[in-house]
Amino acid sequence: MKSDLAHLTIAKARELLDRGDVSAVELAEAYLDRIAKENPKLNAYLEVYDDVREQAKAADQLLAAGKKAALTGIPISIKDNILLKGKIASAASKMLANYTASYDATVIDRLKKQGAVFLGRTNMDEFAMGGSTENSALGPTKNPHDISRVPGGSSGGAAASVAADLAVAALGSDTGGSIRQPASFCGVVGLKPTYGAVSRSGLMAMASSLDQIGPLAKTVADAEILFNAIAGRDPKDATTIDRPVAPAVANKKLVVGVPRDFLEKGVDPDVLKNFETSLAALKSAGVEIRDVTLPNLKYSLAVYYVVMPAEVSSNLARFDGMRYGLHKDAPTLLEEYLATRREGFGAESRRRIMLGTYVLSTGYYDAYYGKATAVRELLKSDFAAVFAQGVDCILTPTSPTPAFKIGEKSADPLAMYLADIFTVSANLVTLPAISVPSGFAKRDGAQLPLGIQFTAPYAREDILFTIGKLFEQANNA
Amino acid sequence: MISTDDVKKLAALARIKLTLEEETSLAGDMENILGYVQQLQDVSAEQHAVAADANAARNVLRPDEAPHERGAYSEDLLAAAPARQGQHVKVKKIL
Repeated sequence: MKSDLAHLTIAKARELLDRGDVSAVELAEAYLDRIAKENPKLNAYLEVYDDVREQAKAADQLLAAGKKAALTGIPISIKDNILLKGKIASAASKMLANYTASYDATVIDRLKKQGAVFLGRTNMDEFAMGGSTENSALGPTKNPHDISRVPGGSSGGAAASVAADLAVAALGSDTGGSIRQPASFCGVVGLKPTYGAVSRSGLMAMASSLDQIGPLAKTVADAEILFNAIAGRDPKDATTIDRPVAPAVANKKLVVGVPRDFLEKGVDPDVLKNFETSLAALKSAGVEIRDVTLPNLKYSLAVYYVVMPAEVSSNLARFDGMRYGLHKDAPTLLEEYLATRREGFGAESRRRIMLGTYVLSTGYYDAYYGKATAVRELLKSDFAAVFAQGVDCILTPTSPTPAFKIGEKSADPLAMYLADIFTVSANLVTLPAISVPSGFAKRDGAQLPLGIQFTAPYAREDILFTIGKLFEQANNA
Repeated sequence: MISTDDVKKLAALARIKLTLEEETSLAGDMENILGYVQQLQDVSAEQHAVAADANAARNVLRPDEAPHERGAYSEDLLAAAPARQGQHVKVKKIL
């Protein structure tokens, strides 16, 4: 019985808890057992919290009192850049190795009120910068499907925790694909919500015009449940929006747009083949597939690698060793800054801070940041134009390749960046996007998961959930 | 071209101390990445003629009223500081 408990969806766990077939404590213990057994191999969790049983007990009391909510008693993992008061939150950086969160992130507060059970904090690329978790100061996470490969990143620990049944679902963050790409590499669902749909209060800022918190889960339905629990306006994040009342999409033939010209080069043949199979599955489920053109899509990665480091260099300026986190003693204040930031930041963080400093510096600002911002607006218009033609969502692969080997790209930053080619655009244009598992590619005898990514109009997560569920059914049929 | 001198200057601006080796390898990395983003120069985008976007991200500020109780969070926040003196974060003198 106990081992079966660790293969659940939120929906199934909810059923078991509500019927009293299992208590929240039993459920939590099943996951703690699995984590104890599997985590040493995977390094998905950086820390398992010491009060998981107490949290579960409190959830059982809520259930007994008839005060259940969607996530009451559901064990989930938290990415290490989301604050949980009284717990360490390190962003997998030496800079914050001993930093204890002073307050709860809004998403944590909302889940606490529902009685969710937080199992622990998951590994990531330092400060969410990377696509493999190799930039973690605490060593990489391994892909549960092949431990010689990366789980993707930056929410690699989150994706691995769900894929390996070390959590029912997870919270991650996505600045340029950091939820969707690891979800695709690990064979789980990952949602990057609309910019402003979920509060970032208590999320460590990386690039503030791009960052969003979102769910990683086993099914689209689970991702929807977790999204509904965390979304909505928050006075503590001025960029948050009210949840719009979505017009019904039921009883309408869904139209999926495919930017064919963008899939021509640099995409792995197995990924392309799987993409065609996925399109066929959608067609057979009654979806109309239409070719679309987004003329500026090819520039999205270049725009991203200007805008993102610019914002990173500003946001990471706060780590100066004075108010919290690492502090290195030195004779003068300036030397303390230099020593603290030298010791605290890993190589990739330094690289992006330097790039950002460059593109924002006098003489280069207009050519880089100014230009990138202008092209970003063109890209927004491209998406708006396609949706205006009656297209409900846009489909691409999530990543151009399946999971790569640990160490394969770590010496070449640009090669690593190119893996973000399909995911960065949703962040740049503020739109919601979801990665759904679409099959496997065989490599060295291992079956490596692949994913496809749907991008919907502003605040239309509902379309992503509808088409995502439709695809899950069609693809598993 | 990004020279190691450029890297030194940027590192000073960014308050990051680098070794000689890192200066060289960063110069190479930055050269590559900036070479890639150079393609943006091909786009003719008018920097200041940006179309109005109904969904443009904008801040929604709460009314400036009902502040939290004075000092309610001070202790939690000060507890995180590497050095403090009473109710202040303690740093080395600037001048």
